[in-house]
Amino acid sequence: MWSSVVEVKYKVGEKVKVMKAYPLGHVRTPFYIRGHVGTIERLCGSFPNPEELAQMRDGLPAQPLYRVRFLQNEVWPDYRGGPADVVEIEIFQHWLEKA
Amino acid sequence: MIERGHHDMGGLPAGKVEPTEHDYAEWERRVDAMSMLMGAQGVTVDERRKNIEMLPPEAYDRMSYYERWVVSLAQALIQRGILTTAELARKMSDVEQRG
Repeated sequence: MWSSVVEVKYKVGEKVKVMKAYPLGHVRTPFYIRGHVGTIERLCGSFPNPEELAQMRDGLPAQPLYRVRFLQNEVWPDYRGGPADVVEIEIFQHWLEKA
Repeated sequence: MIERGHHDMGGLPAGKVEPTEHDYAEWERRVDAMSMLMGAQGVTVDERRKNIEMLPPEAYDRMSYYERWVVSLAQALIQRGILTTAELARKMSDVEQRG
């Protein structure tokens, strides 16, 4: 679909760590999840990089986008829900590294 | 350096969300339509979001949903050289004087 696509690096079930970085700009990775470790739940497809689209460039090569699952009580130190509760966030591959 | 964008407020303390039904004003429908039309012309949602995220925090909090969108559309037109800041300022001043 896109003229160039970055190769998919992660498989479902693999553990990944979200980059702990705080650049200015249009970043879709929520602040609260940076630096946390989660599990790849699915690959959602590959899409032009929104950080580049925001700057009026084409965002290519397209970046794989994953749905990543995190345990709520690992994300929030004061979480009072059940131990199996999760939060799932869609994160682009360039924000992930192998955990 | 830790920079949290003002818009990136997930997880910060906040009050209860009170959902309310409301009708849209005519100008809000127009902003929505302009947003769709500019989208069809290649102004991506990421570009529009970037402009909203650049609002000063006080303005971001004070403005309504569609007020933020209309500012972002005007900025996209300025960034693309379709409007000038001076033209926008003149129009805003004219409208202000109408009372």
